[in-house]
Amino acid sequence: MTSTTNPEALLHTRDCAKSFGAVQALRGVDLALQRGECIGLVGHNGAGKSTLMNLLSGNLQPDRGEFSFAGQPPSTGWDVRESQHMGIRCVYQELSLCPNLTLAENMRITQPELCGWAWRQRASAQLMASLDLIFPGHGLRPDQVVGELGIGRRQMVEIARAFTPGRQALELMILDEPTSSLDNHAAAQLLDYIRQFVAQGKSCILISHKLGEILQVSDRIVVMRDGQVVETVATAQSSRDQLVAAMGQDEAPVDGSAPRTAQQAQSRPTVLALRAGPAAVLHAAAGEIIGLAGLAGHGQTELLLRLHAAAAGHSDPDIDIDAATAFVAGDRQTDGVFGLWSIARNMSVGWLDGLRRRGLLDLQQERTQAEHWRARLGLVTPDLDLSIYSLSGGNQQKVLFARALGSSAPVILMDDPMRGVDVGTKHDVYGLIAEEARGGRTFIWYTTEFDELHHCDRVFVFHNGAVVGELARAELSEERVLNLSFEERAA
Amino acid sequence: MIPKFGPRTLTVLHTLLPVLALSLLLAAVFWRQPRAMSYFGLNLLLNLAVPLMFATLAQMMILAVSDLDLSIGSFVSLVACIGAVLLPQQPALAVAALAAAVAGYALAGAVIEARRLPSIVVTLGLSFVWLGCAVLLLPTPGGLAPDWLVDAMAWTAPMMPLPIWLALLTAALGYWLITRSAFGTLVRGLGANPAAVARAGWSLVRLRAGVYAIAGVFGVIAGLLLVGQTTSADSNIASRYTLVSIAAAILGGAKFVGGRVSAPGAVVGALTMTLAASFLAFLDIAPDWQVGMQGLILIVVLGLRAAIDQLERR
Repeated sequence: MTSTTNPEALLHTRDCAKSFGAVQALRGVDLALQRGECIGLVGHNGAGKSTLMNLLSGNLQPDRGEFSFAGQPPSTGWDVRESQHMGIRCVYQELSLCPNLTLAENMRITQPELCGWAWRQRASAQLMASLDLIFPGHGLRPDQVVGELGIGRRQMVEIARAFTPGRQALELMILDEPTSSLDNHAAAQLLDYIRQFVAQGKSCILISHKLGEILQVSDRIVVMRDGQVVETVATAQSSRDQLVAAMGQDEAPVDGSAPRTAQQAQSRPTVLALRAGPAAVLHAAAGEIIGLAGLAGHGQTELLLRLHAAAAGHSDPDIDIDAATAFVAGDRQTDGVFGLWSIARNMSVGWLDGLRRRGLLDLQQERTQAEHWRARLGLVTPDLDLSIYSLSGGNQQKVLFARALGSSAPVILMDDPMRGVDVGTKHDVYGLIAEEARGGRTFIWYTTEFDELHHCDRVFVFHNGAVVGELARAELSEERVLNLSFEERAA
Repeated sequence: MIPKFGPRTLTVLHTLLPVLALSLLLAAVFWRQPRAMSYFGLNLLLNLAVPLMFATLAQMMILAVSDLDLSIGSFVSLVACIGAVLLPQQPALAVAALAAAVAGYALAGAVIEARRLPSIVVTLGLSFVWLGCAVLLLPTPGGLAPDWLVDAMAWTAPMMPLPIWLALLTAALGYWLITRSAFGTLVRGLGANPAAVARAGWSLVRLRAGVYAIAGVFGVIAGLLLVGQTTSADSNIASRYTLVSIAAAILGGAKFVGGRVSAPGAVVGALTMTLAASFLAFLDIAPDWQVGMQGLILIVVLGLRAAIDQLERR
């Protein structure tokens, strides 16, 4: 497993940077890839892996930096077609198949040259050859509609489709979490095939949270953190623990505001519990701040939604909750703001029960309460009747907090609410949460930012939809959370 | 106890439902009015469905990309007005006007994609533009369609009446265009997963504009056939087509989202909607009640389809 057999560099990037608004997704990435080499790309959520992949595939243009492929810089504007012509293919994490089309028809989406007479037959033949090569015994037919397949089969099709040559010979394959939905057998088949693929002098970038796979298949491992490459190491000289350590942050933990004693919270009655079988795996008392950690998409948001539904009266056998809940959405644009409403209306929509008087809304009280929250949150606006979009992102998020906290609900569910929020707002809100918790409110706080967990009394780590560990505030360290997040059982 | 069907059987059932509904209606019409069972009778019965078929195909193109066209009725009216006013005297100007109208459709598609606007809003606005143009062109009902168009629509086709020939031809053409061709596959892909299509390097603006342009061409055909039948036009002549074409396309198996459409189904749907109206007339139901009854028939068929969907999900 050495990359010295063919020293010619296939891909070279220098100082590639990309930002989305105020968020710097990539802060200057240098990466070199040899022909016949497989790189494992690892890093925590938001480390910039997917952004880097989107730059290479031509879906995004870098803000600055340069790169060359096969020894020459891209000729004209770098876009998807250009990258395809160079021989770069991608398998995206969120699948890009069209569920209403057949397997053969889906080939047409990625290969513009499939047209004219009998294109369907040619597409079928190509795809089936690729499937037979990578996943022998797959049992798929080209005329099956994708929507009828399970998620694992879909991923197989997606991968096989990317490996079909098309007009241009394949040079570089980028796989983003390709095994997330594959069973062990199919995943092993894929990893075997990747080795065969690079043995033919092709190259591969494998992005995965399953470190076992990375260690098994790659020649070199690149660790990213905060939009930068922080470590590049030969796989032979690396280990799981070392990678986990490199992914984490070394900064000293931020001290949570106003230390609270554990007994103080534990003496209070339990307001909610999640059971798995007879045992309670997650429980929260009045006045506690509970953190939900783990990699994104491992069931944290689903739990919040289940809690919310259970509190609203949908019976859920695994959940005990007898208090009302209020929800603070993290994805402001889709789940949060009402774009056509004023700032005040966006707040008061969460308080309507409290504002009702003889079936009508008490507008006077609505106004008073909105002004109260404006002062308490330090909302920067000349007038609460302005459109919600007149506010900055951070201030919009404050409005969403006011919506939840202004209600009478004793339990507040927060779905990664600080996404894309500036530091000042964060500190205002941390203080507010601590204050409300002292008043007896319970917070269930899903966050993807490790530092925020220090504001929690207890932290539950999620993996594959289940709670895999509980950490008290004193035991909390990023390494422990990462270790639990990357728990792999019987790989 | 619910009978167990395989997924294949259900798919077949799905496809057959509109055909079944059409056959049932046809049988009912023949039962009430045996004289309809002739060349002349069928011609008379199905003639009205011909322009609607093309309007439904236009609607189907738009549904294929998960949009909705609320302007097709007034667009067909405008085309009919152009056909009755400009086409006989100034054919060149008429052709230019029709081309401009199609370009307008394409532009609407491009704007909807580029500005991420809801198609319902854009096409609703557009419907007033078409209506305004039609009123300017033909303030009071009238005009006279060119003779060649009128003669073509009155043509006595061999073996089967003209509407049946046209229905078969349209279904085959539409099927090839949207289901079989490489372009149609891309269009349906756009309706189901636009992000995937964009990622593969296609220009969504151009694609959507192309789809809307094709819908515009179908709309032009519908309008010209309509004015060929009626020989004169008015600015509201086809305004009911907007909703009827949506109903017909959905009846024929199209879904509002997800790029699931069927051209033969759309044609059958258009025939069914037309027959339902005639059937009610044969039943001597007061015109006041006919629209409601038509709606009832629609609800029954769509209810059956929802039931099949439920079975599919099990």
